[in-house]
Amino acid sequence: MAKRRMMRGSIALAEGAITAGCRYYFGYPITPQNEISEHLSSRLPEVGGVFLQAESEIASINMMLGAAAAGARAMTSSSGPGISLMQEGLSYMAGSELPGLVVNITRLGPGLGGIAACQGDYWQATRGGGHGDYRLIVLAPNSVQEMHDLAIRALHLADQYRNPAMILADAILGQMMEPVNLEPPLVEIPPKPWALTGARGRKAQLIKSLYLADGEMEKHNWKMYAKYQRLQEAEVMVEEDLEEQMDLLLVSFGSCSRMVNSAVALARSRGYRVGHIRPITLFPFPSREIREASRRVGKVLTVEMNTGQMWEDVRLAVHPGTLCRLLARPGGAIPAPKEIFEEIEKFVRAGDHFAENIC
Amino acid sequence: MNKITIREERCKGCAYCVLACKRELIRIDPERINNLGYNPAVFSNGEACTGCALCAEICPEVLIEVFRERGKVALKWQNAE
Amino acid sequence: MQKIFARPATLLDTGFHFCPGCHHGIVHRLLCEMLDHYGLRERAVGVPGVGCGVFLYDYIDIDVCEAPHGRATAVATGIKRVQPDHFVFTYQGDGDLGAIGTAEVIHAANRGENFTVIFVNNAVYGMTGGQMAPTTLLGQCTTTSPAGRDSRNDGYPLHLAELLAPLEGVAFAARVSLHTPAHVKKARRALQRAFETQLEKRGFSFLEFISACPTNWRLTPYQSVEHIEKNMLRAFPLGTYKDTGAPASAAAPEEEDTANAVL
Repeated sequence: MAKRRMMRGSIALAEGAITAGCRYYFGYPITPQNEISEHLSSRLPEVGGVFLQAESEIASINMMLGAAAAGARAMTSSSGPGISLMQEGLSYMAGSELPGLVVNITRLGPGLGGIAACQGDYWQATRGGGHGDYRLIVLAPNSVQEMHDLAIRALHLADQYRNPAMILADAILGQMMEPVNLEPPLVEIPPKPWALTGARGRKAQLIKSLYLADGEMEKHNWKMYAKYQRLQEAEVMVEEDLEEQMDLLLVSFGSCSRMVNSAVALARSRGYRVGHIRPITLFPFPSREIREASRRVGKVLTVEMNTGQMWEDVRLAVHPGTLCRLLARPGGAIPAPKEIFEEIEKFVRAGDHFAENIC
Repeated sequence: MNKITIREERCKGCAYCVLACKRELIRIDPERINNLGYNPAVFSNGEACTGCALCAEICPEVLIEVFRERGKVALKWQNAE
Repeated sequence: MQKIFARPATLLDTGFHFCPGCHHGIVHRLLCEMLDHYGLRERAVGVPGVGCGVFLYDYIDIDVCEAPHGRATAVATGIKRVQPDHFVFTYQGDGDLGAIGTAEVIHAANRGENFTVIFVNNAVYGMTGGQMAPTTLLGQCTTTSPAGRDSRNDGYPLHLAELLAPLEGVAFAARVSLHTPAHVKKARRALQRAFETQLEKRGFSFLEFISACPTNWRLTPYQSVEHIEKNMLRAFPLGTYKDTGAPASAAAPEEEDTANAVL
């Protein structure tokens, strides 16, 4: 029996993590994600967990590393500047194949930036972010319901693939309230025979990311690469709103996709045949879906709240010869449905010269 | 008679044991070079060994075992046989 | 004929990678003696930082989690919070703990995290090849202080045991040396106190080992011992800076039985 409740995005996410069996939270205050830690500071002790406010994001991520090494489901949350500080720990966690959930309620950047919603951390999230050859599993919700559901999904994926996972959201999703269906607790944490629980009845175990012997590191990198390939094959999540015949395909993610949904509805009401693909997993990226749809359309408009970060992945994914255009609003500006609609109208009517890029 | 054994093949010749032995029963053997490339420490098998174990305490490579004729109870943690 | 001194069981029968005269091996051995003494092998987790001590897992037969440089106390916090009844320790050098990891160690200490920090202070960056450390002595020549450490440019040697001891979360803080057998025996007693502190759940325990790095000091092992005696101990006074435990250690009577007590 699902419970339906009105919830704020941050709280829904925190409750999702608890539902998934996460009992350890380590974090450091930063706007605009404090609702997550404030909520968990009272909720985790209620369910027998540990909430610890660390001295920095560097400490937070490394405490999470330790908790993960001990076999626990653990999480942290932060925003842009704090996530930058966590890159060291994330690289070590990826290299050591440790699971964990990092939530990035993004803010503006670079630098101290501002606290408004934006999507400028797409590259940092999807390219690994820290040093070395690795990826994070990145999930981008666009509703309060998904803040809840994807937190659960991310913790499961992290354990299943032994890799840190990230929820990439923003202040819009963190602050807004929507009705949420809360899943009944369903905890299936996979066995973790690799965890450091003490060498009782087995040989001593080691969790490390240091590989000095000849060829060892390359072997490890290829092993991780194979894991990322498996993720690409099996774990892509995407929302497709396509039509039989289309003049234009839109691609957007996260809070921005809500504006695009409105624009698509507006365009369709004016007789335009448009489709919309929303990547839910940013890594693995739904390249195949975008390629297939773009083959049928020939024109792809990417809408983002940055200067065109996901656009690079879209252009890599599209069918050869596809006309690509970008509507970008960085720095806290939100593209209004009308603004997107006008762009749709121009792009559908215009010739090839209107495309900023032909792939 | 008390005695010590030194696993010479792993000795790095730091000579801390030589400094530690008050009876001067350990020396670095300049004639020998072990597989690691060092002149190892050797025990002279002198009867004067008291089994004090100071050499074993200071050996950074943990290569020295100490035997006593009339054994006192060893520390639990030393896992003595 | 009775064997009265042997390798502790938890110390694997592997040759160390340490240089001749390096004291890391003694710290490893003392740790293993204590793990064996308290029967902790099956519920111990070690967290080595980055530096010469990182290969702890090659030598000590317990579960080990590598930590990023300086973050061992944060990693240990995570491990200990998940498994409060496990014995958790970090093993860090002066660069790892005294420079890049100061924030983490101060706050772990201040929270009274119930684990033990093993701090090996040889006043130099060993693994990276002999650069100046926060604990490098004034006037000491290193590859990055070729004319000797100058307080006007480089500040002063950092005294970690003294710095941490006043924090309310700290239950035990001491500094010992390893340059003579007598000091090694004192170090063992101090380590035992640190272990007891954690086992009795009294809070954060910190033990600093003054140790030799003959290779990067450009000294022979013999000269290194002299250097410790004459210079290191003057800059870094030995002693117990804090011990919240009962004055008489429960295991103290056993000291009477040691072979070494005969002399």
